[in-house]
Amino acid sequence: MWSKVLYIDLETGEHHTRDRSDLFDKYLGGTGVATQLLLEECPAGIDALSPENPIIFSIGPLTTIYPCASKVVSMFKSPMTGELGESHAGGRLAMAMRFAGYDSIVIKGRAAKPSYLSIHDNEVKIKDATSIWNVSSVEVTGKILREVEPGKGRRSIMRIGKAGVNQVRYANVNVDTYRHFGRLGLGAVFGSKNLKAIVISGTEEVELPDMSAYKNMYGKLYKEVVDTEVMDKYHDLGTAANINVLNQLKGLPTKNLKQSHFENAESISGEYFADNLLLRKIACSNCPIGCIHIAMLKTPFQKGHEFEVSHISYDYELIYSLGTNLGITMGEDVLRLIDRCEKHGLDVMSTGGVLAWATEMYERDLITPTDTLGISLRWGDTDNFLKMIDRIVEMPNKFYQALAKGTAVAAAEYGGEEFAINLGGLEIAGYHTGPASIVGQIVGVRHSHLDNGGYSIDQKASSQQLNEEQMVDKLIYEDYWRMINNSLVCCLFARGVYGEQNMVDALESVGIKKTREELEAMGREIFLAKYAFKKREGFDVEKVSVPKRFFETVSQLGMVQEETLEQMLELYRKKTGI
Amino acid sequence: MPAKIKVANPNRCIGCFSCMLACSRANSDSVSLIDSAIDIRTSGGIESGIGIIVCRSCIDPPCARACPKGALTPRNGGGVVLDKDLCDSCMVCADACLPRAIHFDRADMPVICIHCGICAKFCSHDVLEIRKTEVL
Ligand code: SF4
Ligand code: SF4
Ligand code: SF4
Repeated sequence: MWSKVLYIDLETGEHHTRDRSDLFDKYLGGTGVATQLLLEECPAGIDALSPENPIIFSIGPLTTIYPCASKVVSMFKSPMTGELGESHAGGRLAMAMRFAGYDSIVIKGRAAKPSYLSIHDNEVKIKDATSIWNVSSVEVTGKILREVEPGKGRRSIMRIGKAGVNQVRYANVNVDTYRHFGRLGLGAVFGSKNLKAIVISGTEEVELPDMSAYKNMYGKLYKEVVDTEVMDKYHDLGTAANINVLNQLKGLPTKNLKQSHFENAESISGEYFADNLLLRKIACSNCPIGCIHIAMLKTPFQKGHEFEVSHISYDYELIYSLGTNLGITMGEDVLRLIDRCEKHGLDVMSTGGVLAWATEMYERDLITPTDTLGISLRWGDTDNFLKMIDRIVEMPNKFYQALAKGTAVAAAEYGGEEFAINLGGLEIAGYHTGPASIVGQIVGVRHSHLDNGGYSIDQKASSQQLNEEQMVDKLIYEDYWRMINNSLVCCLFARGVYGEQNMVDALESVGIKKTREELEAMGREIFLAKYAFKKREGFDVEKVSVPKRFFETVSQLGMVQEETLEQMLELYRKKTGI
Repeated sequence: MPAKIKVANPNRCIGCFSCMLACSRANSDSVSLIDSAIDIRTSGGIESGIGIIVCRSCIDPPCARACPKGALTPRNGGGVVLDKDLCDSCMVCADACLPRAIHFDRADMPVICIHCGICAKFCSHDVLEIRKTEVL
């Protein structure tokens, strides 16, 4: 039904659309279709920052149709890990793509000059971005484009900051100011293509085969999203509620995972943020929850009550990575650090991981002030961390060039690999809950805690006494089924609502008939297609090394044993066939 | 008793567009923004405020007075009723409405609020309310 792909070549300036129902019929949309497009478009073994690397965006059959189907999947070869690059973002992008009428967008080549893309319904233009190429702040870039582009009020604007322009390997792409394609370095790929921004809007109408079936299903899903408790936690304190929870359970990575609890957690907790800093909550388009928590930071800059005011979105992962992980004791200071990363367009989780590793290196005299260019690194020292963040983006010497490539690469060069907290080349999410979390991030297709929710399987393991095999089975179930969530594309925070049956019913109500069994098989097939790409680019689960630190710091489930991990990985490999 | 839609708590809006999607779903059988009589838009990005534009249910509607074809007639309880057969898409009504509550669909027909209250039903943040009004 929806299968229009827009192909854009930045090199030649050409664009065209193609009907790809061959892919959409088979893989629904979102991650399922994007994986196939990546396999088609990305030649084997290329440099992720070369013009050959494609950028792919995909929405799915439920996008904008049902509540919380609000995300876009991006896919590319990752400059961070050298294998599968996949990241999801919300904001208004999904809706803008839906109403512009594009189910996928494929961008290839490198523009000769700094450029941005302007896509409004059928009008697709590559425009000159020379005058904004060096605008350092993503917020200002958005402001400038808003003045000159159509689609006012409801368009989506993606853009990179200085981190993307300078190709920091974990540069993100900012989407509509408060959302991001983060983690695996899409921002650097934008930068390598001379692509500063993409503006997109549309005015299409979508008609469905059976309006009354659709209205009934909408009512049902809306009610489940809004009225039941399934999504309460995302709305109230938001994900930041986890700070106090994980701290009590000893699952909160702190000071480069030297600890799994933080003595000062209270003053950077979700409760503290909500009571003292929260300004408002907003939503991605088509999501009645509104989990985006915006804090207001007021910083005096002169005598006489002169304040600089910034609005900053926060989440659990950000507070962990730039808070507990760096020993920061006040919510306000965490916000200053988040704000700085946001301005440059840096992935916050990786930046926090890099800084934490560097701080421990400094503490152990494995790096010196010569490396850091005179900055002394101490836990909790916000001002120096702010300086470090600026230097990472500017890369003035060899050490900062290494930091801009991520913890794993920097540690390979400078040492300290046993405490270079990464799994598969990516800095970890904020969970030291036990073996399922670690295994989950190793095997997860994008090394994300959201691939399979290993942390919550650890939590179940503690209450339900799961053995290794049961944990692995749960990981696999999530790995497969989330492929379907991500093909629809429904926000993973709403996965409690979009369970197996609701997915089958929702698809049927828009004219797509798939049984539960067919979806499950499709989930597995998509997962394996991603692994085909990962392996082709050199990823091997057996070669992932787990830094010693994971086994030295107590987790929610006690000390994690190396043998447990090996056993679980072995089981996982056997059962999935990867 | 007729009802009218009211923007009761504009500052509670989270910018989710659920109301717009509800209006076009219910009244135009489509999934769209352009068919919605209520209009949510930001000016200056999501970091600035969110504007909510919907018919203010005028008792003596200037849009109806402006229409040269008599396609808009005052509605019992405020606002107007559109007769599509009379409308020739001149767009004069839109300018007469200061809140700019009239816009046009893809066929250039004005999208006019019928004060059904569906949008309020799908607003999770009590921004919108449907209120009873006195019969004239
Ligand atoms: S459309 Fe505008 S002018 Fe007409 S009744 Fe509504 S608010 Fe008044
Ligand atoms: S009251 Fe009815 S017609 Fe008017 S904006 Fe709301 S849903 Fe649309
Ligand atoms: S449904 Fe309510 S909260 Fe959402 S955009 Fe409309 S008025 Fe705002």
